[in-house]
Amino acid sequence: MTDLTFQPDRTALQAVGLGVKHRRGWALRDCSFRLPAGRICALVGPNGAGKSTLLSLAAGLRRPTTGSLTAFGAGPTDPAIRPRVAFVAQEKPLYPHFTVADTLRLGHELNPGVWDQAAAERLVRDGGLPFGARVGSLSGGQRTRVALALAFGKKPELLLLDEPMSDLDPLVRHQMMAALMAEAAERATTVVMASHVLAELDGVCDYLLLMADGQVRLAGEVEDLIAAHTLLLGRHEGPALPPELAGHTVVESRATGRQFSALVRTDGPVAGRWEATEPSLEELLLAHLRAPGAPALLTPSAEPRGAAKAAA
Amino acid sequence: MRVVEFRIDRRSGVATYLQIVLQVKQALRLGLLAPGDKLPTAKEVVAATAINPNTVLKAYRELDREGLVEPRPGLGTFVRRSLARPEAAADSPLRAELADWTDRARAAGLDREDVAALVASVLDEGFGDHARREAHDVNKGNKGTA
Repeated sequence: MTDLTFQPDRTALQAVGLGVKHRRGWALRDCSFRLPAGRICALVGPNGAGKSTLLSLAAGLRRPTTGSLTAFGAGPTDPAIRPRVAFVAQEKPLYPHFTVADTLRLGHELNPGVWDQAAAERLVRDGGLPFGARVGSLSGGQRTRVALALAFGKKPELLLLDEPMSDLDPLVRHQMMAALMAEAAERATTVVMASHVLAELDGVCDYLLLMADGQVRLAGEVEDLIAAHTLLLGRHEGPALPPELAGHTVVESRATGRQFSALVRTDGPVAGRWEATEPSLEELLLAHLRAPGAPALLTPSAEPRGAAKAAA
Repeated sequence: MRVVEFRIDRRSGVATYLQIVLQVKQALRLGLLAPGDKLPTAKEVVAATAINPNTVLKAYRELDREGLVEPRPGLGTFVRRSLARPEAAADSPLRAELADWTDRARAAGLDREDVAALVASVLDEGFGDHARREAHDVNKGNKGTA
């Protein structure tokens, strides 16, 4: 295997002008982005940002109020698309009276022709779960394992995970993440993983979708998004921004005494004497979460494409 | 059989793919990897380390670009040439002289850090700042997480 698993010209997920209205207002507003196939994408944002709404749309569990969301070029509720997408919801809905073996049997019956019993069983066995145990008697982490086993067994092309690792201890989290990455490596699965735990995503995700207040704030390759930003540290006094930064996009700035620091999207070189460093993924995310007014940034591959290019 | 295992340090500040590149080179220098050896597949690496598979492939592409490994379609990625130097092997005269010198430095009352500082300054004299520039490039290569 020498090709990278991502396939830049195939589109796994694409939103154009996507909006969802709840009783209390808009959960998603005018969201547009594209996720190329084969990527492992972090879906990040504060509570109420619209992450879960977006995932349930992609899973075909609800319909948008405005705009469109497509998976592999078709609507997620399309019968041809449903078998290709798996979704593990935050609350991991499983039948508590079913045993682990019953649950896998259910997966087998509901996914005729594609079900991979061996892959599902492997994940269960690696966790030492008894196949005869009732799902309701399992711990939260064990239920997560069963839910992921169901998702893996389906051999999805697009795997949607809502806070998948939140109730796992560090060892099991590492095991599950490793199993997930191995699946992705083998099948070139596109993965979208919503998470609060930024450290969990570093090194795992190569694509990022940052949402806040129902809107897309950052979308694109983690590497490219980081490279588009610079942390500047230097000397500056007074309430106004340093004049050298005019023409660049200042995401966030801070002044402490004479010290001035800023996270900047630079447009060409910055004049003046600044110590420039590349931000970490965590610094990039935190700065954008603290600065809701910063303009959105989509890298070229994250810009929606015409319907003709959305390969099925 | 797996020949090497990668150790990924997420806090090191060195890009993950570069950690793999550097560890393969180190294994080549130490002779842990020899020409013809098969590197672990991306799936094997991610199953052990829980990193993104594309990161492993990126590292292998970089090693391929440097002529150290070659992909054989359908079979895997294989070591093409070694970085081991007989002059630096465990039984080489150069190493024996250095061990001898280290003993003398210790007998003269220098501690480990004194010796490290002394060696670093002599290395800078002997090799210019080449080695440091390379280390700097490594830091600059820290583009994100992939």
